[in-house]
Amino acid sequence: MIGGLFIYNHKGEVLISRVYRDDIGRNAVDAFRVNVIHARQQVRSPVTNIARTSFFHVKRSNIWLAAVTKQNVNAAMVFEFLYKMCDVMAAYFGKISEENIKNNFVLIYELLDEILDFGYPQNSETGALKTFITQQGIKSQHQTKEEQSQITSQVTGQIGWRREGIKYRRNELFLDVLESVNLLMSPQGQVLSAHVSGRVVMKSYLSGMPECKFGMNDKIVIEKQGKGTADETSKSGKQSIAIDDCTFHQCVRLSKFDSERSISFIPPDGEFELMRYRTTKDIILPFRVIPLVREVGRTKLEVKVVIKSNFKPSLLAQKIEVRIPTPLNTSGVQVICMKGKAKYKASENAIVWKIKRMAGMKESQISAEIELLPTNDKKKWARPPISMNFEVRQRRGLEQCVLGKTLEILPVNLCTYHLADDETETPERSDFNSQTHFFPCRLPPRN
Amino acid sequence: MTDSKYFTTTKKGEIFELKAELNSDKKEKKKEAVKKVIASMTVGKDVSALFPDVVNCMQTDNLELKKLVYLYLMNYAKSQPDMAIMAVNTFVKDCEDPNPLIRALAVRTMGCIRVDKITEYLCEPLRKCLKDEDPYVRKTAAVCVAKLHDINAQLVEDQGFLDTLKDLISDSNPMVVANAVAALSEIAESHPSSNLLDLNPQSINKLLTALNECTEWGQIFILDCLANYTPKDDREAQSICERVTPRLSHANSAVVLSAVKVLMKFMEMLSKDLDYYGTLLKKLAPPLVTLLSAEPELQYVALRNINLIVQKRPEVLKHEMKVFFVKYNDPIYVKLEKLDIMIRLASQANIAQVLAELKEYATEVDVDFVRKAVRAIGRCAIKVEQSAERCVSTLLDLIQTKVNYVVQEAIVVIKDIFRKYPNKYESVIATLCENLDSLDEPEARAAMIWIVGEYAERIDNADELLESFLEGFHDESAQVQLQLLTAIVKLFLKKPTETQELVQQVLSLATQDSDNPDLRDRGYIYWRLLSTDPVAAKEVVLAEKPLISEETDLIEPTLLDELICCIGTLASVYHKPPSAFVEGGRGVVHKSLPPRTASSESTESPETAPAGAPPGEQLDTVPTQGDLLGDLLNLDLGPPVSGPPLATSAVQMGAVDLLGGGLDSLIGAPSFVAPPAAAVPANLGAPMGSGLSDLFDLTSGVGTLSGSYVAPKAVWLPAMKAKGLEISGTFTRQAGSISMDLQLTNKALQVMTDFAIQFNRNSFGLAPAAPLQVHAPLSPTQTVEISLPLSTAGSVMKTEPLNSLQVAVKNNIDVFYFSTLYPLHILFVEDGKMDRQMFLATWKDIPNENEAQFQIRDCPLNAEAVSSRLQSSSIFTVARRNVEGQDMLYQSLKLTNGIWVLAELRIQPGNPSFTGLELSLKCRAPEVSQHVYQAYETILKN
Repeated sequence: MIGGLFIYNHKGEVLISRVYRDDIGRNAVDAFRVNVIHARQQVRSPVTNIARTSFFHVKRSNIWLAAVTKQNVNAAMVFEFLYKMCDVMAAYFGKISEENIKNNFVLIYELLDEILDFGYPQNSETGALKTFITQQGIKSQHQTKEEQSQITSQVTGQIGWRREGIKYRRNELFLDVLESVNLLMSPQGQVLSAHVSGRVVMKSYLSGMPECKFGMNDKIVIEKQGKGTADETSKSGKQSIAIDDCTFHQCVRLSKFDSERSISFIPPDGEFELMRYRTTKDIILPFRVIPLVREVGRTKLEVKVVIKSNFKPSLLAQKIEVRIPTPLNTSGVQVICMKGKAKYKASENAIVWKIKRMAGMKESQISAEIELLPTNDKKKWARPPISMNFEVRQRRGLEQCVLGKTLEILPVNLCTYHLADDETETPERSDFNSQTHFFPCRLPPRN
Repeated sequence: MTDSKYFTTTKKGEIFELKAELNSDKKEKKKEAVKKVIASMTVGKDVSALFPDVVNCMQTDNLELKKLVYLYLMNYAKSQPDMAIMAVNTFVKDCEDPNPLIRALAVRTMGCIRVDKITEYLCEPLRKCLKDEDPYVRKTAAVCVAKLHDINAQLVEDQGFLDTLKDLISDSNPMVVANAVAALSEIAESHPSSNLLDLNPQSINKLLTALNECTEWGQIFILDCLANYTPKDDREAQSICERVTPRLSHANSAVVLSAVKVLMKFMEMLSKDLDYYGTLLKKLAPPLVTLLSAEPELQYVALRNINLIVQKRPEVLKHEMKVFFVKYNDPIYVKLEKLDIMIRLASQANIAQVLAELKEYATEVDVDFVRKAVRAIGRCAIKVEQSAERCVSTLLDLIQTKVNYVVQEAIVVIKDIFRKYPNKYESVIATLCENLDSLDEPEARAAMIWIVGEYAERIDNADELLESFLEGFHDESAQVQLQLLTAIVKLFLKKPTETQELVQQVLSLATQDSDNPDLRDRGYIYWRLLSTDPVAAKEVVLAEKPLISEETDLIEPTLLDELICCIGTLASVYHKPPSAFVEGGRGVVHKSLPPRTASSESTESPETAPAGAPPGEQLDTVPTQGDLLGDLLNLDLGPPVSGPPLATSAVQMGAVDLLGGGLDSLIGAPSFVAPPAAAVPANLGAPMGSGLSDLFDLTSGVGTLSGSYVAPKAVWLPAMKAKGLEISGTFTRQAGSISMDLQLTNKALQVMTDFAIQFNRNSFGLAPAAPLQVHAPLSPTQTVEISLPLSTAGSVMKTEPLNSLQVAVKNNIDVFYFSTLYPLHILFVEDGKMDRQMFLATWKDIPNENEAQFQIRDCPLNAEAVSSRLQSSSIFTVARRNVEGQDMLYQSLKLTNGIWVLAELRIQPGNPSFTGLELSLKCRAPEVSQHVYQAYETILKN
């Protein structure tokens, strides 16, 4: 199990050091600093073995978090724990920075004592932790016996992520579907691989212990698991969405999903990621990006990028940002674009083209002349892909009915571009927001 | 006011100031002081001098202050054991506090104070806390038992805490269960023999119930514990798998990986014929792919594990190549791992895509990554023969880029391609030679020199090229020197007239001027060879090279099995067994996969067979397991009518044979009652195995005296490798007896005597039936021919490839080892003709996935010729049909260990464009199919 946990700043100075096991000594703190933080070479692995001691590290901005062990621990668990640790800290004091860590070091020690016992992770849900560990010192001495036992039963209970007795005047629920479309295109424009990875983020402000059911669209077919067949699709007469795989927040009853395909849960209070999903089948690319690069002599490059929106004309993509990388020896850029604004940002080595909104089935283009400095520098340009970001935001009807404490949401479509089919008018409190990231696509190789 | 001020450096006399503050009357000031102490402690300053003052602050009702003091105590108690005792009272008092949070805090902290005297006082409070009414206290106490055990194991046993801990597994609170499981697992690891985690179906059921209810971390503890359990049969394994699969949808990657571990391990026990087995296989892929959208560090852990899973069960991810394509923004460690997996998954079906990707990667920026990509292209060429040409042209394109490290890496892999496909791509040598000057790495230089030497006769200026290397001979690394020496000797043997001077030069450089013993030895050997017997020298130096293997970096099967049991853990990240990086005895219990217990015939698919073969030792110790090996071993008990080996009895006998170490001891043993179905008396001999098959053969009268096809003798052990002893040989089967025809030649200068031979354990139990008889001493240049009779009664261990045989030959000089491949048809027994009805029934009975299809090209024989030729090698035609102008032959054969192979041979005599045969083989042990096909080909083409 985890033998110790250290937090360092970018210089390698220790900010937090908590040792859980006898086999980890103070020298481990220095070993990591010398061999990893101060190492001359770029870090080649997140797991390092130094003198039979293993170090797991993650970095958040310029802060290093390292877990140390001498045993054959569950490596995946250690990393999951480190991420969780970051989430917990962020939930308590915001951004993970040197200043914030120093300001809250007592709190961090207290948290570390609570969520890691003898190197075994314990309940680390902020909802539960915040009931008895606060930044304002501990209130326990003023608690009644009932309150105390309520805390402990929540921390150890089956629903460790939610406390009882939450009350809201208005019960509200928000759903965000965030998708990123990962597309790999050959220089010839052929799609090499494409997949969508999506996240359903829920913000729940509900009273009591609400039993929620998230009926995924009944058209959804989980690929490769043999549940749901073509028949069902034809029966419903709608386009089905094939999902390769999905994972759920720990509040979702997995065995129920496995047997009945229904997603039932008691949500944590506030924002959380309900599920992630991944799909590779029948991906409709919301945009086509067509780059053309021409070299004019040794010192000039002509770039033309066309984007075509490939969704229903009634939908609107917003906050479109296209990022076209430029070579390192660029000396100047002239840009002409039909729509929106484009700027060359020398510090980022990219042309950034922003369009406020664009309807479906439209087309726009940008052309740029890139002046290059003649250079003998052998340092190669990594030729990053063109990337694109945009949002499709729409108010969407969620048929919801509140029956006592049971809330059912049916159905929710997962992909924005499938959404437009059956729009019902919007009940005021629900908001459907989708953001699609669209990248990367490769520039044609230069010779 | 912020706390960061405590980190600011302070001046001298700090300790003194702190002391005063700690003893202040004001609570706030005290707390501030303790915070300063903790901050100093964090940055590594020694504040142990303040021990008594800090401990004095412990008696407080301020919980925050109390926690800070505890933190201090945990750090320094060990250095001040006498003072630490002062704290005991407070701990004991706190363990009685009405507030469960305080009770838990006290017991948690006390366990972290590693001072003997305190430990003694801990026992009573701990006992109470283990039975506390509050689950929060119980779950903390459970972990505390593990802490105490770490300090004083004896004390824990004496106090009976282990039993209490075991009781907690049945606790009503899932988190208590999870922590108890974690604590017990850890304690059990340091007592491998104890039966602490006494897992039985009941307790497993409790764990599985708790699994649905506890936190993500608890689920990991429980799954990791489940992975150590061995279900009693395949049904139990299946029911556990069914309850574990929902975990594959958990958001926590560690839960997913631990579930994968349980499934991978228990799958081993499931029969591949089960529908459930197939379902499970399909369920594994999506979650594994999903792990690749996790954070990069977790992706890295996942990829290292996928690398293992792909080696163990390639079928799981064989269609998922694309997800391993490298993304631009992947960290380098993720890129390198993805590349590794891409090569493993490369196959004829996806090779075009893979190559296009690899070519792209070869133009990236990171040097390590580019090198690995270039190397990967070479590995693809070697792995997928159809792609070799495309790979070579891709490599040539890359060489044209003139990027130094790309060129060097490409040359290293091209050398391997030359070795794999000799005389095919030599046209590229000219291009390679153009880049000679840019090579500065030893490996690339050595590879280039090897190429020049190997193809010296086709390179006009080979002598000039090699000479140019010779100038700086002393500055080269040993690898290059050795290669240069060999290459020049090769050149000399090929073009003796022009290169005499050059060879003299290199020999004297190697023998006189070098202080590297390897180089000197090699130089002397060449010198002597060349001066005494140039013909022999030619045979030695220009000998045919052994094939290079297709898969590289495969993990050795027993280690792979152990690592599969460690999925998710550090061992799986390092690809090393825990014992390699864990100190002491803790956690290094050797783990192995459970043997298959289902009694049905195992049907490993040929794909998994190489990696999935259970280690031989498992069989030795667990004789009742009817796994793959048992099947190969099967002695066919019944008369041929019974067809393929039947179920349990046969399996057990196979195992008995292993234990007994041979059949001789078993013959006539009372337990060995002839099977009731043995209607044909002649078959009584059959159970005794093929060692006696010659006897059986005579009585049955099926055998043909003509004998099967005999391959010409090949050199098995070159004289160079065996201090002058050259062994060539072949295998024959005549009238039912197998023999190894050997030709021993003494090419040394001294007389050889005292010959003996021994075989390593092999797939079919081949063993010498008589000692190696060399009657007279073998004098120099003398050759002797010996026929060594073989039996198949030796002990059995599956080899890779199946038909390889490792042989040790001893003489008065030394012991030499070599390995050879025997053609499978020497194992075809003469009673391998199956009854027609039986054939039909068996053909239907064997599942379709066991069918393997092959083509035998350029074999313009008609059905009669084929049939008679095969018959002489004991492949019998059971039936013949003519369908739409094609002749179909249905054939059967039986191996010495009783495995039946059924064949359908399609002959198209009228088809001028294709003068080949199509062969379908069905067998319950499909891994033999490939070799049977090779036997067909050999027999038909010779």
